[in-house]
Amino acid sequence: MSNFAIETVGLTYNFGAQTVVKDLSLQVPQGSIYGFLGPNGAGKTTTIKILLNLLQSPSDQVFIFGKEINSNRIASLKRMGALVEQPAIYAHLTGKENLVNRCILLGIKRSKCAEMLSLVGLTDAANKKAGKYSLGMKQRLGIALALISDPELLLLDEPTNGLDPNGIIEIRNLMIELTAKHGKTILVSSHLLAEIERTATHVGIINKGQLLFQGTINELHDLSKPSVKIETDNQEKAIEILSNAGAEIVQKDGQTVSVIFKTKADMGTMNTLLVQNGVTVFSIGKERKDLENLFLDITSKN
Amino acid sequence: MHSLIISLQSEFYKSRKTLAFWSSILLPLLLCIAISLGFIFKYQDLIKHPPQILWFYFISPISGIMGSLLLPILVIYNTYAVTNMEYKGDTWKSLFSLPLSKLSIYTSKFLYIIFLTFLTMFLFALLIIASGHAIELIRPQLEFGDYNPNELIFKAFGKLFLSSIGIISIQFLMNIMWNDFLKPFGLGFLLTIICSIMANVGWKYAVYLPYSFPSLTVMNIMSAKKGAELIIFDQAIINSLICGAVVFIIGYFIVAKKTIK
Repeated sequence: MSNFAIETVGLTYNFGAQTVVKDLSLQVPQGSIYGFLGPNGAGKTTTIKILLNLLQSPSDQVFIFGKEINSNRIASLKRMGALVEQPAIYAHLTGKENLVNRCILLGIKRSKCAEMLSLVGLTDAANKKAGKYSLGMKQRLGIALALISDPELLLLDEPTNGLDPNGIIEIRNLMIELTAKHGKTILVSSHLLAEIERTATHVGIINKGQLLFQGTINELHDLSKPSVKIETDNQEKAIEILSNAGAEIVQKDGQTVSVIFKTKADMGTMNTLLVQNGVTVFSIGKERKDLENLFLDITSKN
Repeated sequence: MHSLIISLQSEFYKSRKTLAFWSSILLPLLLCIAISLGFIFKYQDLIKHPPQILWFYFISPISGIMGSLLLPILVIYNTYAVTNMEYKGDTWKSLFSLPLSKLSIYTSKFLYIIFLTFLTMFLFALLIIASGHAIELIRPQLEFGDYNPNELIFKAFGKLFLSSIGIISIQFLMNIMWNDFLKPFGLGFLLTIICSIMANVGWKYAVYLPYSFPSLTVMNIMSAKKGAELIIFDQAIINSLICGAVVFIIGYFIVAKKTIK
């Protein structure tokens, strides 16, 4: 039995001649909140549609709870709930009727609708036509539709789109509760790392259809090693001195040079060394790249 | 089978507040009321006719316009409305990501459109009979009750219903393929006009044109007025059913391979 709720093995998908997903090997552990990150057009939604079998993947490349999706489509979908792009709702039906319709299709008791409406804060708007809902309300209804079957695996494609800050916090808390208390697995896509870094336990970063990073959120943090940024009056000489002293240079530009931080004492030694060799040090300081910059760095590499 | 039944239930639940559903009920109701009023107000011109002819006078305007225009347009509209509901809400993706077989989702939509058409035809038959007897209550001079047209009316509207199956399947396929109003509607309307003309001029191959089947059926009903027997399963109806089955199967393979973008 696989420990992964979702596993893709070298998944490649083309729209005509264009490759939109390339050799993607996702591994989403059960019980995790997997942040699926990437800039717009990176292939996130396409991947989610493949995971839902809306787009047909080549055989033996997509596994849901260890089962190949094409040959176990209905069994896999029974364990999944999804919100893909903008919520799919019937505008001529009320919010409650949209949920009732889903209950009919899934063979769920209609009483579940009230519970879901309350969960996403739409009880007061239950009898309002969904077409008249604001974007945020539609998004909430979409989340309720995804949750109504109590699925083990939730795929949420940019679920906080259109939500106000309170709504974003509510969704964040809901995701944490669903995994912590109910043992669900959630794959949540976003183009903003900051949005999911507080909730995600695992992260996959995709760009141009390729997975650039996959691991726990701590492993992502570890990538962001601290460095010492030094500004001097003579960059070339400073680089030469530091290199000869064994410092590992990670970045340099016209005004500054950055080397890997080891200890505070080492930082002082570097300063002394530069001054003793006639280089004026304007500034020296320890800095750590935040995750957002790290994300930009990773995605700009391909 | 279970997923087909729940898909059908859902189709009814989704569309029960739409114009497509209500037009299937209101169309026969309003047409029968309008013709009944004509009979009630102009009864003096009609007294001289025997009951059999009175019934034919009631049926003729409905079935005449029905065969040449109303039935195909109703079918074209219903098919568009039932499929467009999914395009409009971008709900194809949520339907196909539910644990239901694609065949049951596809079949339920097709069957639901057939049901709406059946409902209209059944109501036409029922309301025509009810209207005839109601007119006699108000104008006893019009002796509708002296002739029993029930079998003929149900046969005629049953036949009209069967003649629309071919068109339903083609329109359904077009709507599945294109998220568009103009293409299926325009093409369907054009084919209706052309094929109706073909049928009315007696072109011998009209019996192979699905959009001619309702017109051919009406011509058959009209000839029954002159004493000819109304045979339900004639060549046009058999061709309509064959067309319905073949296009339905082709459509399923298209849906199975459909990319939900």
